[in-house]
Amino acid sequence: MALSDAKSVAMRPNPAHTAVLFGIKLPMWNLYLTVIGIAAALVLPFVVEGFTVFQLTQALVYAIAVLGLNLLTGFNGQFSLGHSAFYALGAYTAAIMVERYEVAFYWTILPAGIICFIGGFLFGLPALRLEGLFLALATFALAVATPQLLRYEHFEGFTGGVQGIDLFKPDSPIEFLGGDQWLYFVVLVCGALLVVGAWNLTRGRTGRAIMAIRDNPLAARTMGINTSLYKSVTFGVSGFYTGIAGALGAAVAEFVAPDSFTFFLSVWLLVGMVIGGLGSIPAAIVGGLFILYVPNISEALIGQVFGDDPSAKALIGVAFGCFLIFAVYVMPNGLAGFVRWFVARYSRPGI
Amino acid sequence: MKTLHVATAAVAATMWAGAAIAGNAPGVTSTEIKIGNTNPYSGPASSYGTIGKSIGACWNWVNDTGGINGRKIKWISLDDGYSPPKTKEQIRKLVEREKVAFTFQTLGTPTNSAVHRYMNKKQVPHLFVATGATKWGQPKKFPWTMGWQPNYQTVGAIFGNYILQNYPQGKVAVMYQNDDYGKDYVIGMKRAMGDKYAKQVVKQETYEVTDPTIDSQIIALAGSGADVFVNISIPKFAAQAIKKMHAIGWKPAHILNDVAASIASTYKPAGLEKAKGIISVDFYKDPNDPEWKDDPETNAWRAWMDKYYPGGDKSNKMNAYGYAVCHTMIEVLKKAGNDLSRENIMKQASSLKEVHLPMLLPGMYADTSPTDFYPLEQMQMTRFDGTRSVRFGPLISAETE
Repeated sequence: MALSDAKSVAMRPNPAHTAVLFGIKLPMWNLYLTVIGIAAALVLPFVVEGFTVFQLTQALVYAIAVLGLNLLTGFNGQFSLGHSAFYALGAYTAAIMVERYEVAFYWTILPAGIICFIGGFLFGLPALRLEGLFLALATFALAVATPQLLRYEHFEGFTGGVQGIDLFKPDSPIEFLGGDQWLYFVVLVCGALLVVGAWNLTRGRTGRAIMAIRDNPLAARTMGINTSLYKSVTFGVSGFYTGIAGALGAAVAEFVAPDSFTFFLSVWLLVGMVIGGLGSIPAAIVGGLFILYVPNISEALIGQVFGDDPSAKALIGVAFGCFLIFAVYVMPNGLAGFVRWFVARYSRPGI
Repeated sequence: MKTLHVATAAVAATMWAGAAIAGNAPGVTSTEIKIGNTNPYSGPASSYGTIGKSIGACWNWVNDTGGINGRKIKWISLDDGYSPPKTKEQIRKLVEREKVAFTFQTLGTPTNSAVHRYMNKKQVPHLFVATGATKWGQPKKFPWTMGWQPNYQTVGAIFGNYILQNYPQGKVAVMYQNDDYGKDYVIGMKRAMGDKYAKQVVKQETYEVTDPTIDSQIIALAGSGADVFVNISIPKFAAQAIKKMHAIGWKPAHILNDVAASIASTYKPAGLEKAKGIISVDFYKDPNDPEWKDDPETNAWRAWMDKYYPGGDKSNKMNAYGYAVCHTMIEVLKKAGNDLSRENIMKQASSLKEVHLPMLLPGMYADTSPTDFYPLEQMQMTRFDGTRSVRFGPLISAETE
């Protein structure tokens, strides 16, 4: 029996296509989970209250930003602590276009992405000389400088200075959808398009080149890959994703201000990416949900345990830290890594 | 889809009907009033978090002593990490899910800005916000939002009055942070001084929050020969200014804004000896001040701290601030009696008449009207004697309209 198993493994072209997990073939698992995910995404806004829809929308926005960061770090191996800057650039582009030039919100999403693509590409060029930790430092500078630039008096006519800019989220054109539900679907559609885009990008020639640079830059160059161009373009694409997230986030919060985009936002995106899993597209959604919900869960937990004790508020951060350590300890490669391990552990080769 | 449509409409209709029939605000029952709040318990501004904690402790005390008109206070204070998008999320949670009657003492200028329009659109009282910006007192445009502490324009006006009275012939140098905070002080000074501002102010300099130092500004101001220096800066730059002035030997009457008038964060880093003589303003009792060592009100506050907020720092002024602002809210709720509709809560908040609050300076009171949404508009001058800030002169008031 064992012998024939070994033989069949050797003969199979791709074990991932025939392996069986709990009696269901792996591709079918993919299909089922995708269908369930899409169905849940479509039905949820009708069964939960407005506030939860708003939260889910914000989580989706974070998921898009995490996806952007993941393209850069997970697939291309470049570190960034500066993605709050792209998020801010996208958010401000949308807010300024809506409030100062009265452009309809929908027409600001793509320009926000394009501006951030250009920004990312241009930043990617000098960043080529920097590797690993040094690149992290350079992008850190970007994150720290951005809120200060947004406050700068000579830009105040555009940026509104410290006061920021108020904007209204778009009204729902469909009668039975409330404002929150409509915005949710706008974000969902954008997110879906971007996921398909990322999926196509990473599975093709370009994606292999991007990943080859991550795995071994020297070998990639030897293979004839223009590493400078690919690295800059990846930075641009990553900026594009994060910029779109920023524009959508501006509509969700209906407000932008320099303090909305501090260095902490970059860290949150990084946390979301690591928890979700490097180099995995669906993981971005987990990352987005984690960023939004785990601080809330920590807060609720501390509230439950300590009741009205005012000093207990200081423990919220501790609870969050424990969740984070636990997550990293149980899933050292993020949720995506955990799923991969789980499948490898429990699936059986198919016939 | 049709059934969904009908269901949504039905739910919306019920909610609307519910809101229309009930006289009291959501979150108010015969035994409870739900109050919402956001504070930075984490993140860069978490040192302010003690304000939210001391207010929570204050409500525990209120509930232990029988509540207000028989109702206990349910205080739901959420962490926003000083991040405006998070504030929006937490405020929406408080209003839409927790169904609080109103919010109270939400902290921070950018954070409150993010929900300013939301609260007024939803017509939820957005009371006594914890920020000194002037924009919280616009009853016509934002009838549901009200500040509490003396705002920056008020303080600027007090500085202007002080200069007019004490240095009528003085040559004045002004330095301010180039943003709304700094400009608000200058607006207040101009209002108080009128055309004297242009006559007396011989030099104005600004700095950006991003500047590494303000040495060149100080040198330029010293060069103007001014004998009064109005310093509107945050602690970091205030400390730099004190050091530089000492180094170049410029010794004008130094008026420093209350924002930076802190022994721990400004005078000590600059050197206590160099900070001697600095003039500023204050409006509530600093528990560290020996003057209040045997003050019954401060002792009551100390006993309350021991019992209800034992983890809190009794040398931290912010805990006294939280106690005082909490008493403002108690006063409003007591006055509202059993009519706890949002309209009436707002009406009571905007008709405070010379209400004394514990831990405010003697003689100070909170006062509002339907056109005056600035509760506290008095302050007293202080002078730093090398170890502590000593109050002098009478209470000075300056109305902002």
